[in-house]
Amino acid sequence: MANAEPWNATRAAGIVAELQSLEGATLPILHALQETFGYIDAEAVPMIAEALNLSRAEVHGCLTFYHDFRREPPTGRHHVKLCRAEACQAMGSDRLHGEILSRMGCGWHGTSADGVTVEPVYCLGLCANGPAALVDDEPLARLSAESLDAALKEVRA
Amino acid sequence: MSITITVPQDAVALGLGANRVARAIFSGAERRGLDVRIVRTGTRGLLWLEPMVEVATPEGRIAYGPVTPADVESLLDANLVEGGEHALRLGDPEKIPFLARQHRLTFHRCGVVDPVSVEDYRAHGGYRGLEAALKLDAEGVVAQVRDSGLRGRGGAGFPAGIKWNTVMLARSDQKYVVCNADEGDSGTFADRIMMEGDPFNLIEGMTIAAVATGATRGYIYCRSEYPQSFRTLRDAIANGVKAGVLGDDILGSGKSFHLEVRLGAGAYICGEETSLLESLEGKRGIVRAKPPIPALKGFLGKPTLVNNVMTFTAVPWIMEHGARSYADYGMGRSLGTLPIQLAGNIKHGGLIEYAFGITIRQVIEEFGGGTASGRPVRAVQVGGPLGAYFPDALLDTPLDYEAMAARKGLVGHGGIVVFDDTVDMARQARFAFEFCAAESCGKCTPCRIGATRGVETMDKVISGIRPEANLELVEDLCEIMTDGSLCAMGGLTPMPVMSAITHFPEDFSRTGTLPAAAE
Repeated sequence: MANAEPWNATRAAGIVAELQSLEGATLPILHALQETFGYIDAEAVPMIAEALNLSRAEVHGCLTFYHDFRREPPTGRHHVKLCRAEACQAMGSDRLHGEILSRMGCGWHGTSADGVTVEPVYCLGLCANGPAALVDDEPLARLSAESLDAALKEVRA
Repeated sequence: MSITITVPQDAVALGLGANRVARAIFSGAERRGLDVRIVRTGTRGLLWLEPMVEVATPEGRIAYGPVTPADVESLLDANLVEGGEHALRLGDPEKIPFLARQHRLTFHRCGVVDPVSVEDYRAHGGYRGLEAALKLDAEGVVAQVRDSGLRGRGGAGFPAGIKWNTVMLARSDQKYVVCNADEGDSGTFADRIMMEGDPFNLIEGMTIAAVATGATRGYIYCRSEYPQSFRTLRDAIANGVKAGVLGDDILGSGKSFHLEVRLGAGAYICGEETSLLESLEGKRGIVRAKPPIPALKGFLGKPTLVNNVMTFTAVPWIMEHGARSYADYGMGRSLGTLPIQLAGNIKHGGLIEYAFGITIRQVIEEFGGGTASGRPVRAVQVGGPLGAYFPDALLDTPLDYEAMAARKGLVGHGGIVVFDDTVDMARQARFAFEFCAAESCGKCTPCRIGATRGVETMDKVISGIRPEANLELVEDLCEIMTDGSLCAMGGLTPMPVMSAITHFPEDFSRTGTLPAAAE
């Protein structure tokens, strides 16, 4: 996310063209666009619809169904996903999340003053070593407010 | 000759600093002039010992763990490379009781091999199952799967042989094999450990399925919350194509199987097989009404075999050792082994592969060593977020599809999540509705609306607003969701809710605003 390029319709069209022959190409295209630009611009919808012979409504419907896809440029440079599922709850994640959010000075889906966006996630498969988080796609097990700070320091370095 | 040291890059190990450990070993060995080769494996599943580092010595492998980057210098000083004494030395990993007591059929290579090396996979017995399958005709392979008693390990427990047979008999110009790797249940990670530790076992299982059903194309639908699994699968598939175990003419058989891994986009419902197929086709992951069943009209309307990671990965062992050997494990109509995932508030959490029939209590006490907090166990959720919460009195239930169902619980994907006595079951019941509301696909009303109403009504119960009347309403809601939902998401959400109400009534009868729970 830190290396996202600014939205560029020509570049996006190239990505769509490269992937459009896949069976069920919508998700791979949306992932590739988000990986490149950090989000999926509204301009991409008609582009994908035309390439895959779908209606714009179908592409819009897909784009809005999944938690992962962003339709606005990300506000933070880094991304933290905190697991809120049962196994992490059993290790006190609810209270920990309260502490983390108050330190960051934002709520769920919000971004801290220093550019970290925090989102909830339901299970990262680190359930025997909870509470768990993902920091820019890197897992963090036995999470504490301190270890999260250290991990964020590392990704910023 | 160089000394081989393995450092896991399973997500848990990475989450506990395994990359820094590997780098420290590499630079420390270099400084000492030691010729060390570091192999990044998966995990053996002894997760409280991760990162667990192993060194290959003439006497076999010696394990050390849990290793932090700060331990590396002292480990090298203690002659780690020859298996020297150290406070973190665990000895032969296969003699650690947690591992030694298991029935490792499906997972025996996990944590041992280089996950993305076809050569290493074959050196450890890989592809013997496919070789055996290629000597049989399609009916012969399907008969082995049927006779093994293997049931779908994703949760529903449907006999795998029947599904395979239906796809085999279907006539079509194109058939597909699809692996459901959208392991979204809290407390489950067996699929993840397999994909990160022994992806070729999955690839081999899917290839056997393709050969048996006449499918030539396949997809693994991997959830996006598992970035490490996705990377490992992608690399393994690329290496498999290079080595001729995927693509055209696999193992010189004249048969072809083209496999691709696809990434989900954060939707729990896509673990439901018809939603998964919709998502794979590039649509919203909305449940399809059945019939038609996916075995006849699945991906792009073609006959499609959809199985879970654990179902496919059981097959190579069955093909190599025979249906009978597999069916010798287990009890009743639950045959073979179950990958059990022990998690939550537990001292020794991890992956336990064991014959069906072991009790929940045995798993928690004999493997888990009690809670991590040291407090008494109060509630245990078995089978994921849609599974029941069991109190102590039900912990002697054997893990067996029928025995669990008889106690209004489910085996699900084999996850066991332990809670200590600080848990507030009213909050857990509320959470079950909250989760369903967040993850419902929205197609059917009982699930879409029922979950939201459930949260609201539970909030009233928790705040002490007419708790008895509102609990009655919750029970009504649960009945409607059970009877009227199209799939397991809405249909099973009542299971955690009702089990909490039934087994822990004292948490639902307090009046007034609750103090913040679990403090």
